[in-house]
Parts: sequence; C-alpha cells; structure tokens
Amino acid sequence: MSDTENPETASEVRTENTVEADEFEPIQVFPESEEMDLRPGSDDCYKCSTCDTNCPVAAVDDEFPGPKFQGPEQWRLKRKDDHDIDDSVMSCSNCMRCDDACPSDVPLSQMHNTARGSFVENQMDKLSREYVRNRILANYGALARLGSKVPRLTNFVMGNSVVQKFNEKLLGITSERDFPAFADETFRTWWKRRGGVAASKKRAQDARAERDGANVESDDKRVAYFHGCYSNYNTPAVGKAMVRVFERFGYEVMVPPQRCSGTPMFANGMLDDAERAAEVNVRELAAAIEDGADIVASCTSCSMSLRQEYPELFDFEGTASVAARTYEALEYLRVHEDLEGALDDAEIDGEGDAESENFAYHAPCHARNQGLAGQAVELLDRLEGANAEDVGDSCSGISGTYGWKDEKYDTSMQIGAEMFDHMESVEGETGLTECPTCAMQMEHGTGYEIRHPLEVLEEALVD
Amino acid sequence: MAIEDDVLVVGGGIAGMTAALAAAREGAGGRVRVLSHKDSTLKSASGLIDVLGYAPRPAASAAGRGAGDGQSHGADDAENRAPETPLSNPFDAIPDLPDSHPYRIVGEAGVREGLALFDDATGDLYRGGHTDRNALVPTHGGRVKPTARYPASAAAGLASDDRDALLVGFETVTDFDAPLVADHLESVGVPFDAEGVTLRFPGGFRADAKLTRFADALDANERVERVGGAGYTETLPAREALAETVKDHLGDAERVGFPALLGQHAPAEVRADLEAELGAAVFEVPMGPPSLPGMRLEGALVAACREAGVRFTTGNPAVGYETDSSGRVRAVRVERNGAAIPFHADQFVLATGGLVGKGIDSDREGVREPIFDCRVAHPSDRYDWFEDDAFGDHAFARFGVEVDGELRPLDARGGSEFPNLRAAGAVLGGHDFAAEKSGAGVSLATGRFAGRTAAKEVRD
Repeated sequence: MSDTENPETASEVRTENTVEADEFEPIQVFPESEEMDLRPGSDDCYKCSTCDTNCPVAAVDDEFPGPKFQGPEQWRLKRKDDHDIDDSVMSCSNCMRCDDACPSDVPLSQMHNTARGSFVENQMDKLSREYVRNRILANYGALARLGSKVPRLTNFVMGNSVVQKFNEKLLGITSERDFPAFADETFRTWWKRRGGVAASKKRAQDARAERDGANVESDDKRVAYFHGCYSNYNTPAVGKAMVRVFERFGYEVMVPPQRCSGTPMFANGMLDDAERAAEVNVRELAAAIEDGADIVASCTSCSMSLRQEYPELFDFEGTASVAARTYEALEYLRVHEDLEGALDDAEIDGEGDAESENFAYHAPCHARNQGLAGQAVELLDRLEGANAEDVGDSCSGISGTYGWKDEKYDTSMQIGAEMFDHMESVEGETGLTECPTCAMQMEHGTGYEIRHPLEVLEEALVD
Repeated sequence: MAIEDDVLVVGGGIAGMTAALAAAREGAGGRVRVLSHKDSTLKSASGLIDVLGYAPRPAASAAGRGAGDGQSHGADDAENRAPETPLSNPFDAIPDLPDSHPYRIVGEAGVREGLALFDDATGDLYRGGHTDRNALVPTHGGRVKPTARYPASAAAGLASDDRDALLVGFETVTDFDAPLVADHLESVGVPFDAEGVTLRFPGGFRADAKLTRFADALDANERVERVGGAGYTETLPAREALAETVKDHLGDAERVGFPALLGQHAPAEVRADLEAELGAAVFEVPMGPPSLPGMRLEGALVAACREAGVRFTTGNPAVGYETDSSGRVRAVRVERNGAAIPFHADQFVLATGGLVGKGIDSDREGVREPIFDCRVAHPSDRYDWFEDDAFGDHAFARFGVEVDGELRPLDARGGSEFPNLRAAGAVLGGHDFAAEKSGAGVSLATGRFAGRTAAKEVRD
C-alpha cells in the first residue's frame, strides 16, 4: 500500500462553494431531495452526441435511439408524470461505453440503470416470457449453484440440442450458443480442499521467505478474492491462477462469502435482486477490508460493479470503501508489486515446437471503463515467449446476458463482427480477455481457445 | 513497483497526442504514455488545423480594460473586436505577436516543425501543406474560415475557388441549413454562385439518425431504397442513391458540398464514387460535434502514436501529483472510484486543455489549474474576467498557465514550478485561440516542442 492511498481529492474537486443565504443562487433553486439526484448529470449534457456515436448497439440497430436519449433526455421526459420509460431501454446492453465517451461527465450508465430498473419494476409484465427469461439470465449465479452440484448431468442436459431448442422456443434463449460447461469441481470446493486461508497464509509466507530471506513479516500483504460466479462454477482455473500468482508475490488470499456482483441484474433491470446481492457483498468485503485486505477481482465486470455501480446505485455502509479498495488482479500487482520486473525475468513456451505463443487480446468494455484497456498487452510485451496483439477497440457484442437473448443474438453478432475479423488477422489461434462472456463470444465467433491473462501469468511466474 | 514511463502526457487531444508522438519519435525505445480521462474530444473538433487566422487585438485594447461597469457599448465594442480581415500568411504575423504568446516561445521554426510532424502523421488525409498561406474554408454557418490545413474532403470546397457550388443539406441533419449557408456565403462575397437545397437522405433512416449512421451506410455502400423519377421504388447502393437524389438539382454547379458525413473509414472512396456519378467535384463542409473530420483526425493521430510505440490509458481523471525530495514531479495521481493510482515518469507534459477542455478550472473565487495547481494569473475581481459584449475582448479567453522558454509553468516568483513538467496546447495562457483562430496550431507547435524537449531530458 506504499504507493496508494484513498484520498478525499475526488470529493474536494467537486465541492461547491457556499454563499450567503440571502443571495440568489441558481444551483439552490431545486429543493433538497433524499433520492439520488440525476438532475445535475442531466444538466451537464450539452447534446454533443458523442455518446451516440460510440454506442455499439446504435451502430448496428437502427431502432435503438442511443444513450443520449436513454439517459438525459428520457430523464427529463420522466419529470412529467404521464411519461412512461421507453421500452427501447431494454435494448441497451449496459456496455457502459457512453460513460467513457462523454466529455462532460454525464453519468449515463447510472441513468440507464435507473431507467431500466424503473421500466422493469413498473411497466414490465411479470408473467411475460421476456421477464421470466431475463430473471433467469440475471440470476445465472443462483442457477449455476444448483447446476454445478451435478456438473456432468447439467452439462449433458444443457448441451442437448432438444433442450437448446426448448430454451429458445419457450424462454427465448438462443440455441445458437453452447451453454458454458460447469467445471467438475467449483473454485470454492477446491479452495476448501486445499486448506483455505490457512494454507494460503503458509504459501504466501513461504514465497516471501524464498524471495526476501528472513524478512517474512508482512502482515499487510493480504487480499480478498472476489471470484464472481463464472470462475467459481465454470472456469476455476482462472481462480486458481489468481490464488497462485498472488501467493507467489507473498499475498495471503482470503475468499470471503459472496454472491453475484450484480452485473447481469443491472443489465436486466433487476435492481432488487442486485441490491440483495450487493448488500451481502458489501458486508462481506467491508469485513475483509477491516481485516486488512484489499479486494481483488479477476472478472472486469465484477470489479466494475463493485467500483462504480454499487456507489452509483446503493448506499450500504462500506460501499464507498469497498469501491475504493477494489482492484482488477493485474492492476493490483502492477501498482503494488514489481510485476513488470518479474515478467522481464520470466518466459513461457509456445505450443509444441513454437517459440512463442500469440494471443489475440480483446479489451472488455468494462475493463476499458476502468482504464485497463491497454494493460494486458503492455504487460505481456515484457514476457519472453508471449506475443499479445490488441484486436481493436470494438465491443465484443455479447455484453453478458444480452447476446444470449434470442431477439438480440443477431445484433450481438453484428457488433462482434469487427472483433472476429481482427482476431482472424492475428497470428495464432488463442484469444485472451479478462471478461468471461467476452471470452464466450470470442470462442463462439472464431473457435479459438480463450484464456485469461492470469492464466498466462501463472504459467510464467508460478513454478 | 508501479506503472512507470519515461514521458507521461496528461491529456489526449491534439496537443497531448502531438507531444506523445514527438517524444516517442525523439527518444528511441523510450516509454511514452498518454493519460486521458475520457475518449478523445476530437469528436468535437472541426478537423480544421488553424495556425493563425486573425491578428490578435492590439495590445493597448487587450490590457487593463473591463471594469464591468456595463456601460461599454457601441463604437468601443467594434474596436475591441477581432479584425475582420483574415491574415493571408500566418507566419508573417508571428513576430508581431505579444511576447507571452505561445508562438513567440517556440518561435516560427517551432510552428513549422509542429506542422511538419502533423503532415507526416496524417498523410493523405490533409491538404494545405503546399503553401504558407491560409486557405479559406466554408463553415456550416456559412462563414469563411482562414486555416492552415484542411481535410482532403474539404479541398474542393475552398472559398477562393470560383467554380459554382451546390450545397446539399438533409432534412434530418438540422445543423446544416444548405440554403441559408449558400446565402451567407454569397453575402460575404465569395467569387462563385452558391445554391442551397434541402433533400431527404435516401433510405428509410430514422428522423434522429446519427451522422455516423449515414457515414456507415456510405462506407459500406449499403443498399437503400429510393423513390425513382417515375414514382417507383428502387434499391440502389447508398452512394449511387445519394448521387441520383442530388442530380436533378445540380444545374450548372461544378462542385457539390455536403455536411461532413461522407464516410467514416473510407471517405476518399465515397467521394470518388459520388464524383463519378455526379460528374462534379464533391466536398464536405466541416460540422460541429459529432464531427466526422474530427474522428478521422483522431484515428490518424492515434494510429501514428501507436505506431511510434505510445501507450494509452483512458478512463479515469488525473487529480494530483507526487514530488520527490528535490521538488521534481514523481507521479501523477489518477482518481479511480475513491482510490488514487500513481503513474510514475521521469518527464511530464500537461496537455489538459483550457477552460472548455477542463484543463483550467474556475469558480467564483478564482481560476486555477487543477492537477498541479500551477499558477493561472487572473484579476482578483471576477467582473474583470469578461466584457459585456459577447464577442468582446474577454480576459478569460487568455487565461492559462504562463511558461518559461522551455514551456515549464511559472510560479508567482517567475521561476519554474517543477523542473520536469511542461505544458502544451490550450492550457497555456497568452492566446485567445477562438478569436485569433490558433487552437490547433498552438497545440501542434507547443505539443511537439514539449514532447521533444521531454524526450531529450530523458535521454540526457
């Protein structure tokens, strides 16, 4: 923690100066409200339309009016009681690119999340196929908990083409995609079997002893891993890589109880579900922070959720500190350790006789929003035997549950087309990304094997 | 132990990318990073590269006026305004600029070097490098703007060209009222006849379709439906359909101007196809945001930077800095949801823009540079910051950091604030880029100078 701290600078920057009470102040015309106030954000929009030109959905779907309408304009319309939320808000994929595009700091994704939540709560038929389907998709984590108890059976059933057709016809879940397979053993089961935090403490101490000789006193090297649903149920190899890489740098890893980050719930307007999950996560992660840990996530949508969406939408005790103390895994090591130096001294072998391995790297939109778009390629540049090439700044198009919806599948693939093209033009047939659903899309569009940067780090740095 | 570079440029506009490009090319193998809060704001830029369109107001009128008495109307205001006659050669005017002007600091040679770097980075995308003289480019308001470089797509539209022009607007592209633009151009005395016509863009596009939607359709030459002359509907490639729509209105015009939406990725092909179909030259009129010429410029500069090895980090604002014991800047702090992430470097370039770009901030109490808290000289009474006349000689237009001969920001005692921090672009004070039309030129000249000097320091 030597190089970072958690300053009050951000709030200072935005502090308004107060004035004498009897002086007219335009900013004080509107009464104080207890509710989250989106008016300043709406007022900050000067209609430059940059967000619209950056929206991947608007680029391929002529019916979608774009983020400027979904955000500030719809917010204004809603000030009149007789205006419903336009149902086009359900076509927003929640990639959050508009946030990054806006030169005026309008909280577009916050506005979209709020509007979508209100649409689902007040205007959507709770018995409709779309609602039921979205509820199921949004609560993937809960289903995965059941399915992963009997992984082989579940995989068999979900891989059955009859079941896939059934899902499509009855639920509107596309049969074009293969349902992601559940791992035989979840990450958490592995973690417990391995000895949990006690084993991790020991391994971290051993790693410190090996590197620093006698200097093993370092109680502050502790991280709490937010693995999310996917690396728990589907790709535990990513979770294991995270644990081993962090232990190698001398970190004791904790794995607090946790629920879904809420990303698929926000994207489907299921704000109540998201709030319940967030409450558990904030409580557990805040407790880990009390124990001296920083929070590390391997999925960039999970870290996005903890960092940005929680503080924008919820107000639990500890929300702000969880947001400030949450990091993506490589980001954390890069800021706190000499990750670049470690990679300079390491190497990996290519497949078979190949001298090096080529990776077609795609930066997930949510990684982009956290300022992490260039990170994986920059780091792997240091690693002998690894050759990572960025496949461009387009969106993969799947956006979590979006591309699983029957009626959104074509849009999703149209958005992804640019990325597929760029992947094909990169040498080698291995993709690389931090986001599990981007990985699904990359595999679906190209047939490449997709890895997580942590897996490459594990191969390079862990004996 | 941290994110570390040789040169860290804060700001991703023309100045920032130019600084990064110059630094990367100068310091072979060095690590250069552009740090920016948001995606490039070049989407809001016209894409015109001005150097100096108008001479600044005489020094006498620029100093010590504006008591805020609200009485200065009439003749005084006319005198305060920028001269109406554009400069034909911006370089001739540089020696007469005030000492504090950024061009005087980097010199005429510095301005030329900045343009040379730009020409090299943008290649075929731009025109105007064949002469020192300003070109006169019609704007979407129907004015004529003096500028040093212009997109190739605007080349056939120059106001000095005497070929008659047809301007084509579209019903849903309300920022470009073609008949009005044509009338305006004729009223400022251009040497050609201008006609304007408003048409419906062929194809069933929504009434609020984005400019980029039309550009994409033309890029891909999508097939669109169009009602033909005999009243039947036909399906044609978009470029052909657009040309067919315009043909009937061509008259004697030898060139046709459109609002800038003729393709995002393949503008030259789109123009060539339209020209072949129409039998007339085709040009774009630069537009406000979202600006296709600005996006193409962004693409070209980013590509040049990437090719030179520049790295980009975008998404979080820089909010502060760290120094070492000798007073050098050690790191810039980036705020990320309540945490501060340090970006370390040996040399730093501040290219965060001016009052509009948020590189200079103000409130009722004062004016400041928010990241390094560099000094920004300004009158203590805020009623002295502006004139009542909207187009008057506002003091705020020149607010910015003052710098030494190496572009290092100066503190109140006239010494440099930090030995390894340089400033470039609109964050610099001493020039009113909007009135004198010098925004891009100052960014190029000072960006290149700052980037190159920073890289030299790293090397030495």
